[in-house]
Amino acid sequence: MEKIKKITKMKLFLPIFSMILVMLINVVYDIAAGNAPLSFFTISINNGILYGRLIDVLNRGSEVAILAIGMTLVVSASAGTDISVGSVMSLSGGLCCMLLAGYGVTNVSEYNVPLWVGMLAGIATACVCGLFNGFLVAYMNIQPMVATLILWSAGRAIGLLLCNSNIVYVRVPSFQFFGGYCGIIPTPIIIAAVCVVIAGLVLRMTALGTYIQSVGINKRASRISGFNSAKIILLCYVICGLCAGIAGLVATCRIYSADTNNIGLNMELDAILAVALGGNSLGGGKFNLAGSIIGAYTIQAITTTLYALGVSSAQAPVFKAIVVILIVVIQSEAVRAYFKKMSAKRAAAKEVVKA
Amino acid sequence: MKKKLALLLITAMTVSALTACGKSAAPAEETAQVQDEAETEDEAPAQDEASSEDETSSQDTAPAADGELIKVGFAQVGHESDWRAANTKNYQDTFSAENGYELSFVDCDNDHAVQIETVRGFIEQELDYICIAPIQSAGWDTVLQEAQDAGIPVLIVDRAVDADPSLYTTALGCDMVAEGEAAGNWLAEYLGDKEANILVIEGSVGASATLGRTEGFDNILAQHDNWTKLDSQSGDFTQAGGQEVMESFIKTYGNGGFNVVVCQNDNEAYGAMDAMDAAGITYGVDGDVQIISFDATHDGLQYTLDGKITCNVECNPLQAGFAEEVVKKLEAGEAVDAWTLVKDEAFVAPGIESQYAITMSQEVLDGRAY
Repeated sequence: MEKIKKITKMKLFLPIFSMILVMLINVVYDIAAGNAPLSFFTISINNGILYGRLIDVLNRGSEVAILAIGMTLVVSASAGTDISVGSVMSLSGGLCCMLLAGYGVTNVSEYNVPLWVGMLAGIATACVCGLFNGFLVAYMNIQPMVATLILWSAGRAIGLLLCNSNIVYVRVPSFQFFGGYCGIIPTPIIIAAVCVVIAGLVLRMTALGTYIQSVGINKRASRISGFNSAKIILLCYVICGLCAGIAGLVATCRIYSADTNNIGLNMELDAILAVALGGNSLGGGKFNLAGSIIGAYTIQAITTTLYALGVSSAQAPVFKAIVVILIVVIQSEAVRAYFKKMSAKRAAAKEVVKA
Repeated sequence: MKKKLALLLITAMTVSALTACGKSAAPAEETAQVQDEAETEDEAPAQDEASSEDETSSQDTAPAADGELIKVGFAQVGHESDWRAANTKNYQDTFSAENGYELSFVDCDNDHAVQIETVRGFIEQELDYICIAPIQSAGWDTVLQEAQDAGIPVLIVDRAVDADPSLYTTALGCDMVAEGEAAGNWLAEYLGDKEANILVIEGSVGASATLGRTEGFDNILAQHDNWTKLDSQSGDFTQAGGQEVMESFIKTYGNGGFNVVVCQNDNEAYGAMDAMDAAGITYGVDGDVQIISFDATHDGLQYTLDGKITCNVECNPLQAGFAEEVVKKLEAGEAVDAWTLVKDEAFVAPGIESQYAITMSQEVLDGRAY
């Protein structure tokens, strides 16, 4: 009993619980449909690569997981969200492909400039976008949503201009590698894992995490205690831009083309939802990076589940909305308080019986 | 005191609302005019007879040899795709001065307000015919009424409007249902009596192309008892979407569980092919799975020529000829149909002969306008 209590009190309990709940839907469905009950969780090696729905979840969830890192920091430090990340993804992918293919060219099978130049340029542009957002929020004191609204609309448009409103294809194996397979493992999974590990290590090993949280809890008090609050907020937005750039390149390499109209479309909302599903308050302050990452994969698990269940595409959004509402409600303060009260009552009843 | 305050607020709100309206209308008009001017400037060097391009006084300067030019206005959607670019070029080529037309072409850049103002501009210039490729289907009643009052025939092209058909002269465009039926008819001919286990990757939910192509294909599906539609999911008309949906399909139905994949545009087909490559499933003419795709873009037809996409049904952008046909009929005083169908072709991989489709070859690909 004590052990269970300890587990349920862990910070990550609810996010993990929600994710398992989503995956359990598949088990119930598989049993009802007469399939092997654990078919959702089976991983095999097929045609020389890892194969299974769990792999799909990890693979397809990579972009949102990478975005969730930056979004968590931005939410924590500035109590606001960066809604430009989807557009910045498109911009970074568009610029990268434009450089690799040459302006106005829509289909190449060899690079115009070395691969690293294109990738670096894409990521650097994304960082500049982050710098711009951060400057507006930290130094101009503009509401985060308003400040990032500028690039939300402009980022994708600039990407379209760079690609001359076309889909630019870069059909080179070394470019496709970053969206394809590294040995038997899908490369996006590795990229996401590396990003998460680096972010985790930096936040753990240095005092950055503590600085960000203290700025988020009280900006003025932090400044008075000697932190450069504005600089820390700026840094968070730059990291968020960096993450968007990496995610954009992953999405671009996946389809070896810059589909600027569609890359990262509405993904800012998924990233924000991931932060919320991870049990983080969108009001800023304390954050839990692992929660956000789990949240990101939960969102993908819902999508993959809908495909597995064969829910028709017209009804899928409704189904998704219901699941999301359930998860958010389970994690809400009111429900938590209710369960606390119930367990306290039970404990009190036990005391009475004992007495 | 409170009443006074409320009154003050209401006045303030009305005033601000009015000024807001004025502001939003003015730039729209300006842009439309600017685009008009830019257009005339652009057109002049583009055409051989550079003298005859002034819209307001064309009657005086028009080349006498051709008689009076027929003035046609075209409010185009924008330039969002290769398809649209081919569509625009087709109109500019067809309604050229050599053919006896003076075309006022305006690219409305996907802005509904600009498009409405453009059409108003056409009415003020007293053009002979107005072609509209509507950006959105709603909100056309007023301006169509204005055109009718001015006695200018209006052709709704490419897309549909939500307005009473009596307000415009005729409409023309592709029939998405017919495209779906063409794909189904070809498949029936290709498979013969063999059974089909079909997976469908749909386009964006609710898009007219998605609805029409689904309906058309399902019509043919219903006629065949040994055809099964295993599943259909939306891939949002994107390559990434098609790939993700196909990955999931493969896991659900397994290698060998299906033999036909219908993708509702070419980009989805590219994604589906990537997913099947990764899973080691063979597709195409020599493979286990036949892919049917729509749109027939240049890249898509290249895949058809390579035998990877077995059948590709086009959505024809070369619609201007059909519009010219209508204009000619109206000039001659003949009656026109309320709806003109733009004929779509289907293309099949080399080695397949079909009464519903053209067999692909390098010449066919080279001969394509886009």
